[in-house]
Amino acid sequence: MSDVVEKTLTALPSLLSLDSQPGSAKLSSTAKLGNLIRGITELTSKHEEEKLIQHELASIKEQVSSPNTTMDLQSTNLIEVCMALTVVCQIFPKDMIPVILPIVEEKLNHPKEIIRRKAVLALHKFYLIAPNQVQHIHNKFRKALCDKDPGVMTASLHIYLQLIQENAEAYKDLTASFVTILKQVVGGKLPMDFNYHSVPAPWLQIQLLRILSLLGKNDQRTSEVMYEVLDESLRRAEMNHNITYAILYECVKCVYTIHPKSELLEKAAKCIGNFVLSPKINLKYLGLKALTYVVQQDPKLALQHQMTIIECLDHSDVIIKRETLELLFRITNAQNVTVIVEKMLDFLRLSKDDHMTIDIVGKVAELAEKYAPDNEWFIQTMNAVFSLGGDMMQPEIPNGFLKLLSEGFDSEEEDRKLRLFAVSSYISLLQGEPSKLPQRFLQVICWVLGEYSFLKEDLEPSVVLGLLTKLLDMKSSSSETKSWVLVAMTKLCWSEAAVSEAQQVAETYSSSFDTTLRQRAQELQHLSRDSQLHSRVLPPGGRLEPDEVDSSLSFLDGFVSEALSAGAAPYKPLHQRQEELSRSKVLSLEPYGLSLPISTSSCSITDRQSPTLLSTSSGLSGDGTDFSHRGSSTTLRLDGVKRVWGREGYLAQKKPVEEVAQVEVPSPLRSPSQQGDANSCRSKTPTPTANPECDQEKQQLASSLFGGLSSQSSVCLMEKSEPDIQRFRRKAKGQRSSSTTNEQRANPTVSSASAVDNLLCNNLLEADTEPINSSAKQTFQHPHSLSVANGACDAEAILTDGDPKERNQPLSSEDFVEADDSPPREDQERSKDSCLTPHLPAELSGFSHSEIIPLCSSQSLDLSACHVQTDNSVVLVVFITNTSEDANLQIQVLSEELEVFCVCESPVEEVRGRSVSVRQYSLTVKMPLVHFELVGMLSYSIPAGMPQAMMQFSYKLPLTSFIRPLTVSTEEYGSMWLAFSHDTKQNLTLIKEEREPLTATLNALNKKLSLHVVEIIGVEGLVACSLLQDQPCLMHCRVHAGRLAVWLRSPVPDLPDCLLYHCQRALQEP
Amino acid sequence: MIKFVLMVNQQGQTRLSRYYESVELSRRAALEADAVRCCLSRKKDQCSFVEFKDFKLVYRQYAALIIVVGVSDGENELSIYELIHNFVEVLDKHFSRVIMFNLDSIHIILDEMIQNGHIVETNKNRILAPLTAINKMAEG
Repeated sequence: MSDVVEKTLTALPSLLSLDSQPGSAKLSSTAKLGNLIRGITELTSKHEEEKLIQHELASIKEQVSSPNTTMDLQSTNLIEVCMALTVVCQIFPKDMIPVILPIVEEKLNHPKEIIRRKAVLALHKFYLIAPNQVQHIHNKFRKALCDKDPGVMTASLHIYLQLIQENAEAYKDLTASFVTILKQVVGGKLPMDFNYHSVPAPWLQIQLLRILSLLGKNDQRTSEVMYEVLDESLRRAEMNHNITYAILYECVKCVYTIHPKSELLEKAAKCIGNFVLSPKINLKYLGLKALTYVVQQDPKLALQHQMTIIECLDHSDVIIKRETLELLFRITNAQNVTVIVEKMLDFLRLSKDDHMTIDIVGKVAELAEKYAPDNEWFIQTMNAVFSLGGDMMQPEIPNGFLKLLSEGFDSEEEDRKLRLFAVSSYISLLQGEPSKLPQRFLQVICWVLGEYSFLKEDLEPSVVLGLLTKLLDMKSSSSETKSWVLVAMTKLCWSEAAVSEAQQVAETYSSSFDTTLRQRAQELQHLSRDSQLHSRVLPPGGRLEPDEVDSSLSFLDGFVSEALSAGAAPYKPLHQRQEELSRSKVLSLEPYGLSLPISTSSCSITDRQSPTLLSTSSGLSGDGTDFSHRGSSTTLRLDGVKRVWGREGYLAQKKPVEEVAQVEVPSPLRSPSQQGDANSCRSKTPTPTANPECDQEKQQLASSLFGGLSSQSSVCLMEKSEPDIQRFRRKAKGQRSSSTTNEQRANPTVSSASAVDNLLCNNLLEADTEPINSSAKQTFQHPHSLSVANGACDAEAILTDGDPKERNQPLSSEDFVEADDSPPREDQERSKDSCLTPHLPAELSGFSHSEIIPLCSSQSLDLSACHVQTDNSVVLVVFITNTSEDANLQIQVLSEELEVFCVCESPVEEVRGRSVSVRQYSLTVKMPLVHFELVGMLSYSIPAGMPQAMMQFSYKLPLTSFIRPLTVSTEEYGSMWLAFSHDTKQNLTLIKEEREPLTATLNALNKKLSLHVVEIIGVEGLVACSLLQDQPCLMHCRVHAGRLAVWLRSPVPDLPDCLLYHCQRALQEP
Repeated sequence: MIKFVLMVNQQGQTRLSRYYESVELSRRAALEADAVRCCLSRKKDQCSFVEFKDFKLVYRQYAALIIVVGVSDGENELSIYELIHNFVEVLDKHFSRVIMFNLDSIHIILDEMIQNGHIVETNKNRILAPLTAINKMAEG
């Protein structure tokens, strides 16, 4: 061991020692090490050594798990403090934060920069593990940002990046500060030792650029503040060193993320050229990555680098190839889909990496579903996907595919053709070498043949049965596949010949060791014997209507009342039971420990599916139990019901739901081989222009199959925006759209990308409505098209530009308070153009409302919205200003966390030219959040009857819009307080007022958040409010040591936390 | 985000590993072996960034020593590539000779540079300040 170990240990004795006396600790730790080394040298066997080391490890673990950092932090030795802070930044137990926080806060004022810096980093760590605990010291973060030492400032940026990722709106005011810092860094104002290869603080620059791109996203005003410094960054970074390229990459990304400025975009595009054309492979890679990012907004850029991209596609480095495919994936449209998918499949055939295979298989399936030019291609491509993806691909792919087949599209004839083609294709596959196909593919084949082989008129069911029997005999078939086969057979056995064959099979498997198989065999046996029953349960032609699920379970009412009268305990919903559990903590939680988490996870699965979806999805999933649905209609109903029942958390019946969940997990890997089959599929794939006669037919087919998509895509290049739109249309039943938004929330990196998509989408569609759309690039480079985003028509310009300050202000709770000012402003506008000014419907005019903000606009349509707080709900009012001819339009508003009800008669509406139409949506809260976001989709055709175009928009509103005062007496307050189980505590700042700070503070809360002050007793205050009408939240306040200690309680989880956030903000800002 | 930093020799033996995301102790050896194999299998003229499972590896070789950094997908690979070099320059500044006998110092240096998966210091003087102070204190 080196000296340094001993030196370090001598210097930091108390870190590793539980001993409270520093002196003895110093001795003991050195001595301990000596002992250990001596011990090891004296040992004779490896076993003994292991034992000794393990013993040592255990004792060190014990020491480290309860570090004596508090004491070190208070040490006068700089290094001890420094090291203690480093420890705090790394391994620190959450529950010790309150103890250590004041000491760390104190260190923020330390004279030494290194201590201040480490203190800020420690706060960053605290923020990461327990954001609530450091909420009150946000102003200290600001102080750190303004620290005179650049190191401390840099450290604070980590916190800000995190905060801004979570809520950019709240930090827009800091944009100018970040810009100034970046300017100084770029301008070389930092001390020389911050340079790296004569580039000033490159990683700091990168960090700042990331922050700026988050702030400038979808925000023109904020973006304008940063144009200059971005321009300078692009200019300065001309030196030929890797690190300047790293900065440039970040800069280009930023330029393409924020509100576009044509001049900057041009420069950034040129930069990308330098990357992609570089002979250095690392730069090429980064160039491709940058290109992948920017083509989502400007696919023309890809054209510029066409040749390079093609070169990269054949590059010897698989990573470069992979990145190129990613790029191609982003620019796929209906015209190039066949070529791109072909390239992806080629890559898949050679890929040995499972992760890459899974990823690309998913992408091919997505593209195929989106842009398939015809049925044949679609089925062939999906065949390749299933063969190559093997059994490791995401289960959504086969499920989605079967769902698509079963639900069909607009035209029955097309559905029939698609299904028929699938059947023919699968028959020929089975006649080949089915043993080479992956299990999942076989299962898909079984289902399709079972459901649709009747469509092929020249095909005898007995032939299909014969092919299926072959699968049963195959050694490689898993028993899961075999159950799929048996179920398919059950559906098919309605002809004489088939019946005899089926009965033979049933005979064999009715004695199988596998229970599921035995069950299927029994079903097969019984149904094939009784043709009457068979035709009732599984009518020939598969015209079985999806069963409706009675989600209210009304048919159980009799049963329930009977049970109740017999003395059974009444049903309690899950959350109530959990509350009771948490209240009676004396009980052992052990038995529930396992079952509760499972129940919630399965809840989420059922929750995501609408009742109508249940029946289809159950038919598709490979799980054995689901096939009992087909087996007999009575079990079908019960099974469906069980699931809904499961949502309420009735644990005894949880099992079926869990099983379904398990099926979605990919089964163990199988090699993605099946080359031969895949190749044979490929050779059958026709080239898109091979048959000009068919072309028209194919076009027709595609347009009806993939409704409206191809017509749009043939005009413009920017396809990337369409997926969402199309998904919205076709997958409405599956609620895919809402799950997409869910994903966006969950993953910040994804959301940034998809938000860009949204931006792009708006621009694209605006461009789309232009009669001559020569290039989508216009949107970005043409100054005119830039203004399109703000409303191209003059009439609208009045609306948007009339009072830019008002329009661009982000909506926040504070604005809400000011909202009373807006009517006069509206009056001003009205005088300018009365017929096109949005104004509130008469029935809502009496309530307070937020200011009207623009949502999105196209050439002739302009969407704006505000929300109105009525007594028992919040109404989102969307104004559609139509400045041109009559139009047909349809709006859809969705939210993960809010229940949205449309207050209107028909989904499609006619809006007359030059008028304003108003839509109202009543909103209620599903689960509390600090801010809610609504995502909307407007599809319109102008003039009415023309092809549809779409726009996406989003709207944010704070929780406070839903808060209403709750008038209760002190007695009622007392009894409610005890009954509520979700709580949170926090110290807030008191409003500084000489005489009665408590009253002043509570009045402020009352005014800003409309909380009802129940009573003020001495230094204590009781406050009550409710989330709309029915979800109360109580707040108990006490003045303590110059601060306001608040305690919030509510029966609604998360409500106290969210409300606390708003209280804090309301009190921070005067 | 940085997920881990590995220092390995050409035989694939781990000399130092630092994780910024919790990975079970038992799974680390396999992960490290896979990552190193993945990097070693690549040719000199191929790019220094590799896809690995659902994230990426950035690696750089110095004589017999290979430094591998696991990063999340959104990370700027080139900046990490240069961070490795900065790290090596710091090591070079502090140690005159073989560094592999001073693992504890390397850990201290790494802790100054990266915390919780974020790059927290890149100024060489500042990175070395605590270590120098500790050494001085031990001597004095």
